[in-house]
Amino acid sequence: MQKIIKGKVYVLGDNIDTDQIIPAEHLVYSLSDQEESKKYGHFALSGVPPQKAGLPRGNIPFIEGENYQSEFSIIVAGSNFGCGSSREHAPFALQMAGVQVVVAESYARIFYRNSVDGGFLVPLESEGKINQQFETGEQVEINIHRQTITRLRDGQTFKLKHPGDVLPIIEAGGLFEYARKSGMIS
Amino acid sequence: MGMTITEKILAKAAGKKSVTPGENVWLTVDVLMTHDVCGPPTFQIWEREFGEKAKIWDKNKLVIFPDHYIFTADVHANRNVNILRQYADKYQLRNYYDVGTERYKGVCHIALAEEGYNRPGTVLIGTDSHTCTAGAFGLFATGVGNTDAAFILGTGKIWEKVPESMKFIFEGRMPQYLTAKDMILQILGDITTDGATYRAMEFDGYAVHQLNIDERMTLTNMAVEAGGMNGIIPVDEITQQYLAQREIWDYDVFESDADAKYHSVYEYNVETMEPVVAKPHSPDNSDLVRNVAGTKLTKCYIGSCTGGKFTDFYNAAKILQGKSVKVPTFAVPASTEVARRLRKESINGQTIEEILLEAGCVIAPSSCAACLGGPADTIGRSVDKDVVISTTNRNFPGRMGSKKSEVYLASPLTVAASAITGVITDPREVL
Ligand code: SF4
Repeated sequence: MQKIIKGKVYVLGDNIDTDQIIPAEHLVYSLSDQEESKKYGHFALSGVPPQKAGLPRGNIPFIEGENYQSEFSIIVAGSNFGCGSSREHAPFALQMAGVQVVVAESYARIFYRNSVDGGFLVPLESEGKINQQFETGEQVEINIHRQTITRLRDGQTFKLKHPGDVLPIIEAGGLFEYARKSGMIS
Repeated sequence: MGMTITEKILAKAAGKKSVTPGENVWLTVDVLMTHDVCGPPTFQIWEREFGEKAKIWDKNKLVIFPDHYIFTADVHANRNVNILRQYADKYQLRNYYDVGTERYKGVCHIALAEEGYNRPGTVLIGTDSHTCTAGAFGLFATGVGNTDAAFILGTGKIWEKVPESMKFIFEGRMPQYLTAKDMILQILGDITTDGATYRAMEFDGYAVHQLNIDERMTLTNMAVEAGGMNGIIPVDEITQQYLAQREIWDYDVFESDADAKYHSVYEYNVETMEPVVAKPHSPDNSDLVRNVAGTKLTKCYIGSCTGGKFTDFYNAAKILQGKSVKVPTFAVPASTEVARRLRKESINGQTIEEILLEAGCVIAPSSCAACLGGPADTIGRSVDKDVVISTTNRNFPGRMGSKKSEVYLASPLTVAASAITGVITDPREVL
């Protein structure tokens, strides 16, 4: 897995639930069919109310027009990211849209597990609400190994929390890879 | 040191003498449940990852209920049910409850209870966040995603971080205007939607043990709305009676030790509590019903795994009998078993189904229906700027359909009282 990730940040608030990440009406598409699963990227974050989409200004679409990939590869949000349903379609939709890392103050348990075990994206936790320190569209750099996020306009670095026991699963790229490496399954 | 019920169950499932909160353990799973939205991708991941050798660890422990997108013309949704059917056929899965057959049940969490899969002391994992509902039977139940479920399908194992436990004690005698829904909405208001993240929520006290199984399932159902990993209620005679009716005798009853350690303890007295709502757009945005009384409504909804059980309709019918609804009101029995009981059991010589129909409710066939919005042709779905009062569990923006709509969550008593007036109404006004 890549240890340093650089990209444009998309900033969100607290309690971004799974219906905002991928509205329930879209859950009918195939996750395994390559063409059809692009729909998940296209509808990623389409449930976020416009004024809260792309803070601090708002009204910044995550996906432009008919695209299924976003120009933003990093999300910085507040607390309780991914609360709501157990749908794995949520981290999958973000991955399809090109998101590699989410930094949030806290996560709902199932979203966190899904992100890690499915290897869809890397969920990292910040100390406090650092989403207020970033503007949608600016360049940031994340160091997964050292757990930091840096605001490139002025070089300010924020320390993120260590993922604890799940780091080996994150580094393996998902639960199955981890289980194969550690000999649990063949 | 003492352990909580949750810790004891996890220790047993991990094959250890004891466990401590924060520790990661591998658990042996007793039941894996899935449905039409997450079942197909779970099987697909399992086939992809285990390849040629893919083998279901224990077919008897796999339970599948199509329930989410059932009565719709949406081709993609129907394709999902078809895929499930094919897997059930290919692998001869006898715990598959196909739609369109006598076996069709409806909403998974209620069906699990009715079909006797909820056994005290076991570990039950489901691909649905409200899997925590089953904790009403004194077992460890929690929701996961497709990858975790696919892993269980092949190995029967799951890793879990042992949660700290929070205890919620309710004392007093239940007033007739209060329900379990008011109790859990009160807790949500007090601890917020992430107040129990990665923790177990244990419910106890005289008032909890006075509740029937339906009502207990309302408490544990919404544990996930507070971020809880699981909700759990100690087994008592009411639990044992329910199981005995289904001829289930083989299970382990665990109790929390007197010196078990809790993250926090909350105490309530139901006698001083009042009916509660959650205002738009979050289940923790709670307020007393009387503070929002008079709010104009365009729709009422009684249904889902939270508020579509037999007791929920019984409560609503007590208020609806002999009255007519002022706004469109939808009644969706969670399961076909609930629907059957509505036709059989009566109040003052009238069946509950008759009471609902006479009051002008639209009764829809059992499924998740508009609880999660669903495809555009879903019955009861919120449209445009609807203002809805509902017995369901979530009111995030767009959850019941339209992003512009506003949803209030409340007890079946409050929803029924509001249906006959057309505005949000405290059930004490009409009882
Ligand atoms: S009724 Fe609603 S909350 Fe319950 S399982 Fe169905 S969609 Fe989920």
